[in-house]
Amino acid sequence: MMNEDFPLPTPGPESAPYWAGLREGRLLIQKCGCCGKLRHYPRPVCDDCFSMQCDWVQVSGRGTIHSWTRTHHAFLPAFRADAPYILVTVDLEEGPRMNARLRGDGQDPIIGASVICKFEAHDDNWTFPSFALV
Amino acid sequence: MSLRDRAAVAGVGETAYTRGSGRSGLALSLEASLAAVADAGLSPRDIDGVIPMIGRGAIAEDIIANFGISNLRFSAQVPMGGASPVASLQCAAAAISAGLCRHVLILIGRDAFAGGRAATRVHQIPAFRTVGEFELPLGAVSPAQLYAPMARRHMEQYGTTIRDFAEIAVTTRQHAALNDRAIMRKPITIEDHHASRMISDPFRLLDCSQENDGGAAVIVSHPDAARELARPRVLISGTAEGHPDSPASITQRGDLTRLGTAKAAPIAFAMAGMQPSDIDVAEIYDCFTYIVLCQIEDLGFCAKGEGGRFIREKGIGLNGALPVNTHGGLLSQGHMAGMNHIVELVRQLRGEGGPAQVKDAEIGLVTGYGDMGDGSIAIMRRG
Repeated sequence: MMNEDFPLPTPGPESAPYWAGLREGRLLIQKCGCCGKLRHYPRPVCDDCFSMQCDWVQVSGRGTIHSWTRTHHAFLPAFRADAPYILVTVDLEEGPRMNARLRGDGQDPIIGASVICKFEAHDDNWTFPSFALV
Repeated sequence: MSLRDRAAVAGVGETAYTRGSGRSGLALSLEASLAAVADAGLSPRDIDGVIPMIGRGAIAEDIIANFGISNLRFSAQVPMGGASPVASLQCAAAAISAGLCRHVLILIGRDAFAGGRAATRVHQIPAFRTVGEFELPLGAVSPAQLYAPMARRHMEQYGTTIRDFAEIAVTTRQHAALNDRAIMRKPITIEDHHASRMISDPFRLLDCSQENDGGAAVIVSHPDAARELARPRVLISGTAEGHPDSPASITQRGDLTRLGTAKAAPIAFAMAGMQPSDIDVAEIYDCFTYIVLCQIEDLGFCAKGEGGRFIREKGIGLNGALPVNTHGGLLSQGHMAGMNHIVELVRQLRGEGGPAQVKDAEIGLVTGYGDMGDGSIAIMRRG
């Protein structure tokens, strides 16, 4: 269903590989090409060694819930049909964090619970991450 | 060299706060600015520096055009969301101290009830560009949703409860009930808070600040000039801004329970030569109840995690150990991005607090918070 109000991403050169990875069902994050530090969200410079070299590496998608909120008030019309919905902040096994919808039975999430990343096709062009309880 | 006592607030002004004024943010910000100029006993043409808030109010060019200023010597913008007004005090004090100008107008005008609501305003702030691409499509679109995980994490780590949040909402409303310039004046109870509808768990409606129209402005002047002006002088004794780790992305911030305020507070207190126990009254940025609790900790009034207990046992009412948001704050007076907090602190320190006057208030503190976690602080004293 086309929704003209939906806030689609507008990727730039630094983030395009992330979105391409999601389309292929792979969760990719940046790894410093010099010191190897992982970072997310995508950005041009490593904050440890200041290198602008970077590789994209696939991470497991496994993690644990760090925090969460359940949204009842849809602030944009595009999300009105979804409310209430749960957003979880997840500590990925590899270190960086993600924020995404939690799919499942709608119960209050438990901080520390194990989750795994899923890939949800929004339309022909866009795939967004979500998490499911393990 | 420090900025201690190198600038003073000489004038404050505000419009009525309403829900639907039919007026532009530009007109509202100019009306408030004229009120601040008159309060100081200045002519609009005496203004030689201006720091407008980013948004729908006046910009520097509007001030020049409307006030007929022939030689504006300093203009700047401070893009820190709700931390901007208080951080602008630091910016103004630095410019005055450097001799660039003598009277800096800091102003805001908002037609938020009619137009720029929070969920759209946040998308316009530069810092949100970094995170918006990744979190907007998931449905994380408003400050309530972005800050809720911080509050949830605080509850998990420290046992903070929604009852603690409710205490802040109820006490703030008690203060608003004393203020005829406040929008929300009807008293509320803990039960009213718990029964208000959920916005983004754990935030209920009565944990959230409101949307309204209005304008507010302050004038920061050279301390020698301020001494000669109409109103009792209020000196800026300590001021600082602080940016949290991972400033744009809350999701990626190592410790979700610490704001930029935690970095700014020790600098501001050291500059002022004061400590938290010296503070008689505090106007603390309150976009959400939890943000007040978190700042009480980050400011050093108690240890991290003890904010709920501090509020329960020490008290933030007019007779408490630390009277907080004596005007009713963003939660109940009105949302002027915290410019109204500066206005209120200056009035308290002049003894113009009306029914909410804190007895013998001589030293006070005002904070700003915004832009995903930035903090700003100013410690002021009558003198």
